[in-house]
Amino acid sequence: MTGLELPIIDINDPNTLGWLIPLGPLLAFFIITLITNRARWLPATDPHYGSHHPDYDGMTVPIVTDWSRVASITVGMSGVVMALLISLNLVGQGLALGEGVFGKEVFASAISWMALGDVPFRIGVLVDPLNLTLLVMVPIAVLCIFIYSIGYMAHDPRQSRFFALISLFAAAMLTLTLADNLLLLFIGWEVMGLCSYMLIGFWYEKKSAYQAAIKAFTVTRIADVIMLLGIVYLFSVAGTLNFRDILYNEAVLEQIANTPAIILGSWGISAAGLISVFLIIGTIGKSAQFPLHVWLPDAMEGPTPVSAMIHAAAMVSAGIYAIIRMYPLFVGAGDAFGTADPHHGVFNEPLLLLAIVGSFTALFSATMAVAQNDVKAVLAYSTISQLGFMMAALGIGAYIAATFHLITHAFFKALLFMASGSVIHAMEHGEHHVHEHHGHHALPHGNGHGHDHDHHDAHDELPAGTADMMTEHGVDTDIQHVEGVEHVHFDPQDMRNMGGLARKIPVTFYAFLAGGLSLAGFPLITAGFWSKDEILADAWLGTSEGFGPQALVFFMLAIAAFLTAFYTMRQIGLTFWGEPRTEIAEHAGLGGPRSIVSIAMQLPLVILVFFALFAGFVGVPPEFPILGPILSPEGNPFFDFVKYSLLQIEPLAPVKPPFSWVPVLTSFGVALGGIYLGWRMYWRRPLQAGEEDPMIRILGRSVYMTLQNRYYLDQLYSMLFVAPSKWIARQVNVFLDRGLIDGLLHLTARFFTWLGDLFKVLNSWLIDGVGDGIPRAIFDFGGWLRGAQTGRVQQYLLVVLVVVLVIGLFFALTAGGGAVAAP
Amino acid sequence: MVPLWMYLVVAATLFCIGVFTVLSRRNGVAVLMGIELMLNAVNINLVAFWRYNTTIADMTTPLPSELNGMVFAAFLFVVAAAEAAVGLAIIITVYRNRRSVIPEEADTLRG
Repeated sequence: MTGLELPIIDINDPNTLGWLIPLGPLLAFFIITLITNRARWLPATDPHYGSHHPDYDGMTVPIVTDWSRVASITVGMSGVVMALLISLNLVGQGLALGEGVFGKEVFASAISWMALGDVPFRIGVLVDPLNLTLLVMVPIAVLCIFIYSIGYMAHDPRQSRFFALISLFAAAMLTLTLADNLLLLFIGWEVMGLCSYMLIGFWYEKKSAYQAAIKAFTVTRIADVIMLLGIVYLFSVAGTLNFRDILYNEAVLEQIANTPAIILGSWGISAAGLISVFLIIGTIGKSAQFPLHVWLPDAMEGPTPVSAMIHAAAMVSAGIYAIIRMYPLFVGAGDAFGTADPHHGVFNEPLLLLAIVGSFTALFSATMAVAQNDVKAVLAYSTISQLGFMMAALGIGAYIAATFHLITHAFFKALLFMASGSVIHAMEHGEHHVHEHHGHHALPHGNGHGHDHDHHDAHDELPAGTADMMTEHGVDTDIQHVEGVEHVHFDPQDMRNMGGLARKIPVTFYAFLAGGLSLAGFPLITAGFWSKDEILADAWLGTSEGFGPQALVFFMLAIAAFLTAFYTMRQIGLTFWGEPRTEIAEHAGLGGPRSIVSIAMQLPLVILVFFALFAGFVGVPPEFPILGPILSPEGNPFFDFVKYSLLQIEPLAPVKPPFSWVPVLTSFGVALGGIYLGWRMYWRRPLQAGEEDPMIRILGRSVYMTLQNRYYLDQLYSMLFVAPSKWIARQVNVFLDRGLIDGLLHLTARFFTWLGDLFKVLNSWLIDGVGDGIPRAIFDFGGWLRGAQTGRVQQYLLVVLVVVLVIGLFFALTAGGGAVAAP
Repeated sequence: MVPLWMYLVVAATLFCIGVFTVLSRRNGVAVLMGIELMLNAVNINLVAFWRYNTTIADMTTPLPSELNGMVFAAFLFVVAAAEAAVGLAIIITVYRNRRSVIPEEADTLRG
């Protein structure tokens, strides 16, 4: 049993190259935190600060120096670029190995980390076809987010801190991606949880931001604890957490599947089933599935690059990645390994849970997205919805389709978030312009932000009764616009204030349009179409054979896809089309095409547009008319590549759905239908200033308000969980804290006070006695001895004489005696 | 030849007189004179031992040069002269301050 050994990294060896990928961003985090993050304390009104967030007014804030900004950006970018280059190198080597070979052989290296029981626990990196696809997606998306942050955070007083945290975030995501065991994955998972907490609450001066941060952290924590239980249980059953040892090993899978679970085992649940359910609950939290989805819309409080990071490149993808990774365990979770087979309509608990939760969430949050007015909230709900697609796909065994959708979704959702961030930035820019124009910028904090009359007109439409329901919630940005509540400041994220931005920020518009069409699944030319189509094709395969879960998934997802197309068009229509509905939208802009902000914020959009449109072409079914033979003459490349990350045995191996017109026409139909409906309602006759959302007329006000308020689930949770927790906390405070603990504490304090008094007496009597006694004795002795010094020379001499005589006598006697004694 | 012990007796006597003078006289100058007597007693001893060094046989191999003892005596004269000069200077200073040459009265250094 040795101590920690360091991995020996050889840059020519793809097995060990993986260690280096998370290293760059991690080092960047430490360098920025420890060295380059330097700030000066300045009043928040300082021109360096800008006025990105009026909540800072009246405070002295640390503002990063210009040098620190440049250095931090450089360091952060270097880390990510390094990660990207190494990742692409690995991807190249993986592709070079080729289909079929790569998968049986993987790039892996491990070191023993700590001794657990008889065997050392080993951690390491693993690159197989599954996470190779993530190694393409994550670094590219992260790099785009970093470039974007340069512009988006350019005026933020804590830009260095931002880059440090987001580097750590990237490092954690890459660690998770490359982990070869569940524990290392969980470490990355938790570090991301921490980073998301710190980044959602990045503008912690805002109450809504820190509340959202706490909410996100708490909700995901609930799921994470359960997931940790699953991990621990898996370790106790399998004796290892290594993915290859468990998931690529039929014997271990069988053993786990044949072990009855520790609880509910008598009801026929195997250990694999219980572990799977625990892990899926972890993902439900992390990937924001019903019923733990509530944290994700609030996470919009963070800066927009963070939203892109959380919602696209990293955090929620990590949740889906974890269950995709653990899929063989789920399939094996029946009574015995191999009894469950989604491709033949035999389901077990974990798969059903995935299918039901996934498809329900997909539809459920798509309905909520329809009635949102916050430009980012729409995207947040669509993220939840799309993640539901992936969960549902995995639940019906569409392993490849789920992976494919994970990748394409990450690209177009990162694009959409960043584009919406550009919109928000442009609106804030317009707000500044209007302020300066009206000379309002000198007004004190709290009432000097955007009191133009047309805003009142635009927002007074909401019924007064919603005010109290919404203030309960406390995080909703719409509060500021509800009648009867004081208008705190203008909300640059509210789509009702926008309109006509297509002419103001055309690059962003086209990027947003590309991303939106991809999200909507616009046929043939967008990535989203191909991945959604593959999920539907898989679901249809089962439906056509009469399997219930597949049918559920198929129809739920088809409706959700329809809604997706619709709300995407609604969003783009409200934001970009028609005439500006406010003076602020009239002046929106990114500061000219040549400003650094404008370039930094729109360049990544252009990069991502490429992926959002064309990333789907790697997964075109070969039987697809016209495009199939062109793009994938030798079979679906993505499918054939990724499927080898699974054992090629009966229930596990992915089944390629044969080409069928039903899912394709469904995909066409729902996408085009939704787009048409959205176009009809929001493009043909764009919303005018002061006009109500036509949705209210169609759905009825009560339904609309229910959707907008998220089915009042937040209020319900607040009543069911938050309020009781607070009540318990109060009781604990009174009885336990103040009564018991404080009582004990006071008793202890009293005892020690008494003991102290005792020691004080002892001290003054004994210690002081001894302490003072010694110098006094020395003093007295000195006083006595000074009598010897008379100052009389003759006396001294007399003494000398006497002493000499005595000594002489002594020597005379002893010498004589010695002489006598000596022989 | 006069035996060694006679020199030693004379020297011891002289030394005792010196000691007695130093201890008993009240006048500082007389004390100095006593010191001179003691030094000279030592000189007598040195010269006598040098002269009679062959009789202390085991201490004199190899034989010393002729002048050794006398050199010591000469040193002592110089030391005595210096000592007398310093002593007299002290006495003069004390006298100037106190109008007295009695050592017993110069007891400023009493503890």
